[in-house]
Amino acid sequence: MTDLVERDAAAVTPSPASTTPPKSRLRSEAFARRLRARHAAERRFRLAGAAAVALAALMLVLLLGSIVAKGASAFLEARIRLEVTLDPADVADRNYAAPLRRALYAQFPQVTDRAGRRVLNDLLSSGAPYELEAMVAKNPALAGTTQTIWVRADDQIDQLVKGGYRRDLPESERGLSDAKVAAADALLASGALAQGFNTTLFTAGDSREPEQAGIGGAIVGSLLTLLVTMALSVPTGIAAAVYLEEFAPKNRWTDLIEVNINNLAAVPSIIFGLLGLAVFLGFFGMPRSAPLVGGLVMALMTLPVIIIASRVALKAVPPSIRQAALGIGASPLQTVLHHVLPLAMPGILTGTIIGMARALGETAPLLLIGMVAFIVDVPHGLTDSATVLPVQIYMWADSPERAFTERTSAAILILLGVLILLNGAAVILRKIFERRW
Amino acid sequence: MQLTLLALILALLTLIGFMIGRSRAAASVGGRVAELHSVPSYHGVYVALWAGLPALLLFVAWTASEGWLAMQLVLSALPERLTTGDGQSVALLKADILNLAHGISTGRNSDPLVVEAARRYAGFRDLAGWSLLAVGASLAVAGLAWGRHRIGPDLRARPAVERVVRVALVVCSLVAILTTVGIVLSLLFEALRFFSVVSPLDFLFGTHWSPQMAMRADQVGSSGSFGAIPLFAGTLLITVIAMAVAVPVGLMAAIYMSEYAGRGVRTWLKPALEILAGIPTVVYGFFAALTMAPFVRSVGEGLGLDVSSESALAAGIVMGVMIIPFVSSLSDDVINAVPQSLRDGSYGLGATKSETIRQVVLPAALPGIVAAVMLAVSRAIGETMIVTMASGLTANLTANPLQAVTTVTTQIATLLVGDQEFDSPKTLSAFGLGLVLFLVTLCLNMVALRVVRTYREKYD
Repeated sequence: MTDLVERDAAAVTPSPASTTPPKSRLRSEAFARRLRARHAAERRFRLAGAAAVALAALMLVLLLGSIVAKGASAFLEARIRLEVTLDPADVADRNYAAPLRRALYAQFPQVTDRAGRRVLNDLLSSGAPYELEAMVAKNPALAGTTQTIWVRADDQIDQLVKGGYRRDLPESERGLSDAKVAAADALLASGALAQGFNTTLFTAGDSREPEQAGIGGAIVGSLLTLLVTMALSVPTGIAAAVYLEEFAPKNRWTDLIEVNINNLAAVPSIIFGLLGLAVFLGFFGMPRSAPLVGGLVMALMTLPVIIIASRVALKAVPPSIRQAALGIGASPLQTVLHHVLPLAMPGILTGTIIGMARALGETAPLLLIGMVAFIVDVPHGLTDSATVLPVQIYMWADSPERAFTERTSAAILILLGVLILLNGAAVILRKIFERRW
Repeated sequence: MQLTLLALILALLTLIGFMIGRSRAAASVGGRVAELHSVPSYHGVYVALWAGLPALLLFVAWTASEGWLAMQLVLSALPERLTTGDGQSVALLKADILNLAHGISTGRNSDPLVVEAARRYAGFRDLAGWSLLAVGASLAVAGLAWGRHRIGPDLRARPAVERVVRVALVVCSLVAILTTVGIVLSLLFEALRFFSVVSPLDFLFGTHWSPQMAMRADQVGSSGSFGAIPLFAGTLLITVIAMAVAVPVGLMAAIYMSEYAGRGVRTWLKPALEILAGIPTVVYGFFAALTMAPFVRSVGEGLGLDVSSESALAAGIVMGVMIIPFVSSLSDDVINAVPQSLRDGSYGLGATKSETIRQVVLPAALPGIVAAVMLAVSRAIGETMIVTMASGLTANLTANPLQAVTTVTTQIATLLVGDQEFDSPKTLSAFGLGLVLFLVTLCLNMVALRVVRTYREKYD
């Protein structure tokens, strides 16, 4: 502030530019100019602040917008209607591709040459025979009958329907042959090619074929991993927080533990992956890719978060509660378990939810313990090979097919939806139980 | 199967112990519970602990050592020509036995002796499982009987139970210490193995990174050189770009939110920034690779520049965006911790708001802000997914942000993803990198956290 005063003192002497001496130095033109400049600086500074906030918000909108734009269409999938006659001989041979082909050729009687028919075969997903097989397995009476069914289309046709390919480009630049486009257009015109809600995305495991790939397996893997994480880190974290906050004597040891926990919370997540790889896989010989190991690593990672949040919540409970309980004869442990902990529970719960949300979105440590595997089956147990949703996103993001980009975005949308729900729950909990003592 | 059964039995016995203890305590004083030292439910917990705890400890110790013991028994029965040899062949033998025992084909015709060993191993495991079940269950029953026998009006059940709970609490708080010890030991141990092959000086100061090792002697071009300078330089470059985005934007956003924004604006902005902070890094990585990188490239080409499709700039910008909420929330805290009296004093001297902020609030908050930036740097250095997805894999010693560089974390992730052998320098080098990463981030965090701590005490 000193320079301000000095500058104002300088303003007492009239500037050579002004002809009439000012009545007051506060009316001098130099003073007014400086004031204008200072107010302009004020406005600029404020604008810079607003611009920074706007930039951050813009980035958020851009990020979410680009993902929604890319991923929204993945919730629909193209299906083709076929009049399938299930020849009992084919059913006996488990040859389900043949009836599908016959049904498809029947819709294009003019196509008789092999090349043309190959184009037609490529319209259907390579998983379509399995769909039919599953249908017959569920209802064996279908053999020998003619059914109208909808089967999945190939991912290229799916993308064509969604506008992923530009029809005005020449064949060589489009990446999809004219013959296929014509065939798909014919089906579209007859209403035999239509979009429906994409259930595959939610139920199927991973696949090399985009139209058969889903995040069902990854979701189950994420749930199993999170279950292990929660079962281990929540009780341990709360117990550690209770000890450090309520019982630990203030000495070197507890100081060390405290510094250590704060540091652990800031250790890069990939280091936890190295720990898991060297200790759990290398030393204890646990299975690779298992949700059990993933959950263990995540538990160690979220433990400091939960401890810190729980300590803050415990600290917020006023000492009068403890004194009242001790005063009527409760033991220290009874005081904590019966009075302090229940009062701190909402805060602990909020911290726990946020910690779990972090674990749910974490990818890097899981890459190192082998959860980045191509897994088609939905996992059934804690030691089955599994992957989790963020890792599935990482793997799909590497795939060149346009349809995988779409599915990656859809998977991200689902993941973000879950995370927003979790964080929203934490915010609501905080609002409901917020308590001023 | 036996484990589930044992867990069920233990749970049941613990529950029964609780019931028995409670009712017996009440019965021992003829229902006049006031004559007991502790309330009946503490007697219940006392018996339950006797029933459950010893068996649980046995269970943990047993499962930790059982596989190893069974393997030693099986190996000692095998002829010497199979079990003597270098570490690798023994490890292979063990893996074969394990696979065969679990009914997984090893993909080749195994020695009948090994098949036999695998059968014996499976037999041992089965036997061990059943005997654990028997021993565990009888231990639990014995504990229950002992606990029940101790119950009486004079039993100080509450202090006994509280001692156990207290020990459990201490053990839980030691887990955090154990984690750190585990991290340090595992990194150090593996890194030392790496440094026994590659000299630490070559690793830290070498300028050529190509971890691919020749599998055969006659293979071309895979010498395997581990000079990590290009990785450090790449990490630094991306971190600098990220900080150039995150620090000004985050700091200004924090200032705006704490000093200028009205209540209404703040209630909308804070959650928006929290959403930005809660987005998983893999999403940022996807955004960087599929939206930002092509955008940067097309802008660069529009300006006539040669931009790599995996430019450091794109990864750095997105990482900066990721760190904005981190910087802003930490700075928000320290700015709010500056006492209002300092601001009022400045206003009283006639300073405008921005002058107050720049000349009073920010200098007062500077240590905290520096600490926040250090924490942000440590986060940027340790961030993995964005750089793995959006920056390159080839080590490139350059300061040009338009070219592709690789980072320490990217290399760790790519070296350790997929099939690997534990002994090759290629795999071990990841632990060397991890050690460097851990030490650097640890130093940054330690200093920053200390600054935050002392600074907070000053104004409290």
